[in-house]
Amino acid sequence: MTSALSAEWTKIRTLPGTGWLLLGVVLVTVTVSAGASRALSCTSSSACHPDITQLSLTGTDVGQAVVAVLAVVAVTGEYATGMIRTTLAAVPRRTVMLTAKAIVITTLALAAGAVAAFGSLLAGRLILPAQGYTPAHGYPDLSLADPAVLRATAGTVLYLGLIALLSLGIATAVRDAAVAIGIVLGLLYLFPVLGLAVTSPDWHRHLQQIAPMTAGLEIQDSTGLSTLPISPWAGLGVLAAWAAAALLAGGLLLRFRDA
Amino acid sequence: MTAATMTPRRPAAERAGFGHLLYAEWTKFVTVRGWVIAMVVSALLTAGIGIWATSGYHGLPCGKVLPDGRMVGGACPAPPLGPGGEMVTDSFYLVRQPLPGNGTVTARVTALTGSATSGIAGGTSELQPWAKAGIIIKASLRQGSTYAAMMVTGGHGVRMQDDYTQDIGGLTGGVSAASPRWLRLVRSRDMLTGYDSVDGTHWTLVGTTRLSGLATGVQAGIFVASPDSVTDENVGATLASGTFDHVTVAGARPGSRWVGQDVGSGATGNPLSGGYRQSAGVFTLQGSGDIAPAVRNSAGSGRPADEGIIGAFAGLIAALVVGTMFITAEYRRGLIRTTLAATPRRGQVLAAKAIVTAAVAFAAGLAGSAAAVLLGERMLRGSGYYIFPVGGLTQVRVIVGTAALLAVAAVLALALGVIWRHGAGPVTATIALIVVPFFFTGPMTILQGPAADWLLRVTPAAAFAVQQVLPAYPQVANAYIPQYGYYPLPPWAGLAVLCAWAAAALGLAAFLLRRRDA
Repeated sequence: MTSALSAEWTKIRTLPGTGWLLLGVVLVTVTVSAGASRALSCTSSSACHPDITQLSLTGTDVGQAVVAVLAVVAVTGEYATGMIRTTLAAVPRRTVMLTAKAIVITTLALAAGAVAAFGSLLAGRLILPAQGYTPAHGYPDLSLADPAVLRATAGTVLYLGLIALLSLGIATAVRDAAVAIGIVLGLLYLFPVLGLAVTSPDWHRHLQQIAPMTAGLEIQDSTGLSTLPISPWAGLGVLAAWAAAALLAGGLLLRFRDA
Repeated sequence: MTAATMTPRRPAAERAGFGHLLYAEWTKFVTVRGWVIAMVVSALLTAGIGIWATSGYHGLPCGKVLPDGRMVGGACPAPPLGPGGEMVTDSFYLVRQPLPGNGTVTARVTALTGSATSGIAGGTSELQPWAKAGIIIKASLRQGSTYAAMMVTGGHGVRMQDDYTQDIGGLTGGVSAASPRWLRLVRSRDMLTGYDSVDGTHWTLVGTTRLSGLATGVQAGIFVASPDSVTDENVGATLASGTFDHVTVAGARPGSRWVGQDVGSGATGNPLSGGYRQSAGVFTLQGSGDIAPAVRNSAGSGRPADEGIIGAFAGLIAALVVGTMFITAEYRRGLIRTTLAATPRRGQVLAAKAIVTAAVAFAAGLAGSAAAVLLGERMLRGSGYYIFPVGGLTQVRVIVGTAALLAVAAVLALALGVIWRHGAGPVTATIALIVVPFFFTGPMTILQGPAADWLLRVTPAAAFAVQQVLPAYPQVANAYIPQYGYYPLPPWAGLAVLCAWAAAALGLAAFLLRRRDA
């Protein structure tokens, strides 16, 4: 297992794209978060965002796409170049190979996610008071000492790690980058769009409870927790279930299919 | 000109070549089973999700659950239709007299204030900007009947409005006892002329309108209406109070008495009811509702006919993946070298690929969106919703425009595939450019106002404007957001933005394809 981990780490480390993608995760997340914090100024009571923790972490919505690319390319790149046959010749136990890959990719995603989440929070802390979100208006400064903020930020990091696992599973199952990315981003973004057409509150709630993105991102909510369709940690659990299902499907296909 | 500088004529075989090239690309497409299946899936997703979404309504749209758990309401009453056939809102408090023929209504408005709200979280009794107090001449008491009115509004000065959709501005500024507004409406057969004044002696013409089919006997009087307070999240009824004096109806039968009436009350399930007091020539009216075209928001039972088009998002993602793979698969397998050896004119290869991609995506989009719109409309009607009447041409524009959206987006994905030569980048980029901006301004409504409008003007997501069927009315306060089918750009202009992106990407792709080794 150690040598499999070492092999996966060497492969991912020496790919030219990895560094750029990790940088992309951080830059995209922090930029979009800062942009959203800048765009929603709190000048009148109706325009104020009720939850500045969530607002300052908005970039996750887009940054997760880069995490998905990182994880998908790590698998499909091997299929595109034929490297997968060498990999499986070196590590014949396919479950071990997939586990090693999952550990390496998830570690990278968590590391980039941590920088991205803390960067977003820092940007929010610096930008939001100037936008009118001041303690005087009932918005205390964002601080990790606040348990809700800490949970949202740490949860965002975990969320991005789970997105990497979900993407890895799907990529292992379909083996093509374009298809895998299409499926991952479709799963993430389509559910909320569908929620638009369904105005029945019950159906709307059910959609939010089962969708990997909307359920998973409840971890970022710090206000109005009693009205959420699903509690923050349960929501993250839903995403974890999606990731586990994808990994299981990918793992089974990898196990029983020729490479 | 000398022979040396002349370009030699191309051989005939090469000129005829583009047709062959198209055929070659078409053959490549249809012989990859996965792509054909993907395009069929794209059409099925568009249609299936559209039909599922429109049939996913459970229960009756107008039923409301009271805090004590009781259900009130039930099936929605049919919304009234205006003289132009459009769906309208027509409920207000009216104090009226019959007007048997020609005549003039005059009144002075001295106050207009907000007095109550209902159903709004953190309730407010703020005066709505489009709350109205004024004089009206209306064909009958039937909702949706033709009318003309002069009114003072909460935040938009004096207006003359007629037949729900027409709106002309008069005196500006608010109304108060210190600064009252005089309003006058003169009827001569079916011609109505509105005047306003600050002192009751110097009158200014505001507008003239012809109400076709106005009967001889009509209703004339004073009214107050206060439209729903609408934010992105909340809709709630409001009540406004208006004070009138110097109210006269010249031309009314001698001895006519004032009769107060809540027009359209009960029909909308509005919990606020109006009323009036009269003492010493001073009328105080309380009214809720609006006299205006109906707009789509979360509260109404009206739905646009094309609500099922939401399924096109799923079909779009499939089309983007196939558009990308149509070129990146050639790079991955090395087929691109054979292709370019067979046809050294690389620009033509790209053109042929673009045409095939666009044609296939258009066909899948057309089949999917036609089914989603036509069947979705039936589903909505079956669930008890009322469909905003739209012209057949608009319906065609939505269906064909959505198919074009898929086609152009797939070409954009193809061009990015040439630029990138790998699959992951183009799919992510196109989804980030087309779906995510919509997502930010729609489902999550993270961005509102100018930032959201800006996103939907410059990103390829602007193309969703081609799906807008309902006009936005400046005289009706509403959340005009993508979620309810309102976009900042006109339909074809939005599609043109996507076309510009695709053209720019194709240009760069052609340049790189020529410059680079394959």
